[in-house]
Amino acid sequence: MANRKIIPVGPYHPLQEEPELFKLYCEGETVKDIKWETGYNHRGIEKLSESKTFEQVFFLVERICGICSTSHPFAYANCMEEIADVEIPDRAKYIRSIIGELERLHSHYLWVGLAGHFLGYNTVFMWAWKYREPILDMFEIISGNRNSYAMFKIGGVRRDVNQNQIDQLRKVMNQIKKKNDLLTGAVMDDPVIHARTKGVGVLTKQDVMDYAAVGPTARASGWKIDIRHDDPYAAYDMVDWNVITAQEGDVFAKAKVRLLENYESIKIIEQCLDKLEQEPEGNTEVKVKEIPEGIGTGHAEAPRGEVFHFVKTDGSNSPVRHKIRAPSYVNIATFKKSCVGQTISDATISLAAVDPCYCCTERMAFAYDHDTGKKIYDGNELVQLSQKKTEEIRKTYKI
Amino acid sequence: MDKQDFIKHINKHFPDDVIDTTINKEKRVTVDIKPAAILKVSGHLFNELELRFIIASAFHTKKGFEILYHFSDDTEGNIINIHVILPEEKPEVESLANMLSGANWIEREMSELLGITFLNHPEPEKLISEGNWAEGVYPYRKNFK
Repeated sequence: MANRKIIPVGPYHPLQEEPELFKLYCEGETVKDIKWETGYNHRGIEKLSESKTFEQVFFLVERICGICSTSHPFAYANCMEEIADVEIPDRAKYIRSIIGELERLHSHYLWVGLAGHFLGYNTVFMWAWKYREPILDMFEIISGNRNSYAMFKIGGVRRDVNQNQIDQLRKVMNQIKKKNDLLTGAVMDDPVIHARTKGVGVLTKQDVMDYAAVGPTARASGWKIDIRHDDPYAAYDMVDWNVITAQEGDVFAKAKVRLLENYESIKIIEQCLDKLEQEPEGNTEVKVKEIPEGIGTGHAEAPRGEVFHFVKTDGSNSPVRHKIRAPSYVNIATFKKSCVGQTISDATISLAAVDPCYCCTERMAFAYDHDTGKKIYDGNELVQLSQKKTEEIRKTYKI
Repeated sequence: MDKQDFIKHINKHFPDDVIDTTINKEKRVTVDIKPAAILKVSGHLFNELELRFIIASAFHTKKGFEILYHFSDDTEGNIINIHVILPEEKPEVESLANMLSGANWIEREMSELLGITFLNHPEPEKLISEGNWAEGVYPYRKNFK
């Protein structure tokens, strides 16, 4: 204990894309404990949601996360359709699944690229991000945006996918399949990547169950949970695909699960495209006139795991309470298990292995006094507080 | 476990603690229980029935502070909501975090946002507003006056 040193990673650090502070408590080179401090990104989205109409909430939750901007609308749509008791048309189900799987593909490529970068493999980074581009282009062709596609609404989807777009998607899927072979081979067969990732950041099945981890983090430790399979929504029970799992629970297993899931996503998209051609064009929504009083729990399998939304309604046109649980919220907490006992250099890739997404995890911007209703902090002041805190931390650690 | 079987099971094991059970939708069940029983009911769901803890949702209503603990039965795709109502004047409930690490953060968050006290929490520190938030201000509380 006498020689225990604290190594701060963050709040602003070149390793991380977003602000957060990890305190690594080290003895020599070994990490003995880890603490996480957050709050830098909290934007109050759950509270903001109470001031929006049900339709406006889609645009709000879409902005929770830039990378998986369809996952939150997906879960929210499932939740609201549960309250309204609506069954959406098959064409809308296929389109939803296509958008969801395109997002999984681009998100997994993004992670593989970043993981390569953290390990010093910038070629993997360049390749993965290059292969991700045609997927983003497809989003632009279908929805008009490379990100935040605004495709979902209560009762269906906002835009149809026409025959021309179906043909283009098929072409892109054929290209991606070859590139995915190349990328998977590069990661799976490289002895240095094996040496850096095998046996590193291991999470046992018991650990992931205890921390209630989800997605590839759970599946890489042998826990076969996937909302698309367990509680099917959209078109996932209308097509043939497999849940990918691994047993080892280390960083390599997490990479393997993600890379193999890409093949399943391609399989799902291709089957949905076939079925889409048999459906009449334009049948993309059912009209939902009002949302009754009640509670709804909707979930969807995002690239990082289960996104969960709970909405309580009172018969008006806004939620009374909207609780959002992003997958990183439960996955990040597993750091306490995966990083302790590692060396400092391995801790970074263990931190990155769950594909943490902080803007998903935090949601607050304003503070009001309960009794007077007076604003205590606004957005700018919170930014100043955050900057001040960085200065204080710098002084504390004499950096 | 099928939802009807689950309701029978929970009524049989906790006859004194279960207040009411509701089937909300095809795969959604809500069980109202007494707050004092939260630890043993959740422990049974997690350890014996091996349900996955998803998250807890807390909100302020005229009845007091309501918490829904969401559990998922992944073999059937059911979501089980365990519902407790805590009195407005003394919102206290036993923490699940000693048994279930996944409840650690959300209990700290509920404590910061609504001022609910989680008894015997292993790490009762602030989660999202450490050092930069006014004491005793709970942004998700509502004013019903």
